Amino acid sequence: MADEVKVLSAELAQDPASLVFLRLGELLRQRGQLDPAHRVALNGLERHPHRADAHDLYARVLADKRDYERAFDEWDATLRIAPGHVGALKGLAFLYFKVGDIAQAVAHLETAQRHAPDDPSIAQAVALVRGGQPAAAASGLGIERVAPPTPASAAAAAPLDEARVFAGLEGAEEGLLLLDAAGRVLGGALRDPGGRDVSEPVAAYLAGVSQEAARTAKLLGLGTWNGLAAEARQGHLHLAQPSAEALLLVVRDRSVPMGRLAIIAQRAAQAAHRWLERQA
Amino acid sequence: MTAGGFAHALDAVTRVRGVRGAMLVSAADGLIVADQLMEGIKGPAVAALAGSLANRLGRAMAAAGMGDSVFWHLQCTAGALLVVPAGSGVLVVAVTDPEVNVGLARLELLRAAEAVG
Repeated sequence: MADEVKVLSAELAQDPASLVFLRLGELLRQRGQLDPAHRVALNGLERHPHRADAHDLYARVLADKRDYERAFDEWDATLRIAPGHVGALKGLAFLYFKVGDIAQAVAHLETAQRHAPDDPSIAQAVALVRGGQPAAAASGLGIERVAPPTPASAAAAAPLDEARVFAGLEGAEEGLLLLDAAGRVLGGALRDPGGRDVSEPVAAYLAGVSQEAARTAKLLGLGTWNGLAAEARQGHLHLAQPSAEALLLVVRDRSVPMGRLAIIAQRAAQAAHRWLERQA
Repeated sequence: MTAGGFAHALDAVTRVRGVRGAMLVSAADGLIVADQLMEGIKGPAVAALAGSLANRLGRAMAAAGMGDSVFWHLQCTAGALLVVPAGSGVLVVAVTDPEVNVGLARLELLRAAEAVG
């Protein structure tokens, strides 16, 4: 295998614009040589930014390095270029599974299955994900040599401070807000760019959004709504529904991509869901 | 802009694969200005709800100091609603399948919003 790395490296050196970086990067990744795999994938991506496979390779390397947020962004970018990309669908399924969103994980796997009906690993992964076997599912998907929980996932899974909904999550006191259907703040806080607490007015304006989103989705035959992402001149926001009666708002500045914001929102929604269950 | 101009602005949006239909909605009153919707979509009701959602979101974003809304995306299990507010108080709205290329649809909606003014 070392020889193959040498051959591919030589080929890439002779023609840096060739697509051989895809094979080389994947080979290095499979061997666990993550730093060289990262360099190869990133250099390839810089030369081929519109190539879905380049984003997919980079995402795989990032996932192996446990940089799940950036891996999510890269798989998200892959699907923007090639909406039926099976590798990206499997990768996102894996990430959703990691944050405990089984429905999204299964939905992505089922989409992958529609695009690759002859791939037995997908059907196997669907069964394993439904059965709650993350290591086996990840292995079946060929995504990651599964590692112990990361500090971030461990924090998300750890018991929360009873009084603070989002304890331990980034932005808990400035960019995460949990409100009820009547627009009352349940937890978290939101500050404007000047540092002022704007939690209450924002919660008040968002009262009823959940019901309107549900009615809109129903009228359009779009099923149930599971998120509302919005882009503004000075920031990005994401709304999620941790329970039928509550709404979660996540706000970040524009430097945080929408895809990453969605995964932050998923984590916060899980924390909010657990907190709401304890309050019931 | 003429009715023909509105239709032309929507054409490019509906040409994106996975877009089921598009419409221009007056944000202030939730009425349809122009539309190219697939049969079976309840345009007037959707327009009213999209207008109301846009107003609520716009106010919430202003209160949060985020500035004007540029694009929003209602993600659903069987598709999505994508909205771009145009400068003239008109919303450019697209109804899509779940597998639409959101990035491309967003780009065409922004272009349509620019054309609408």
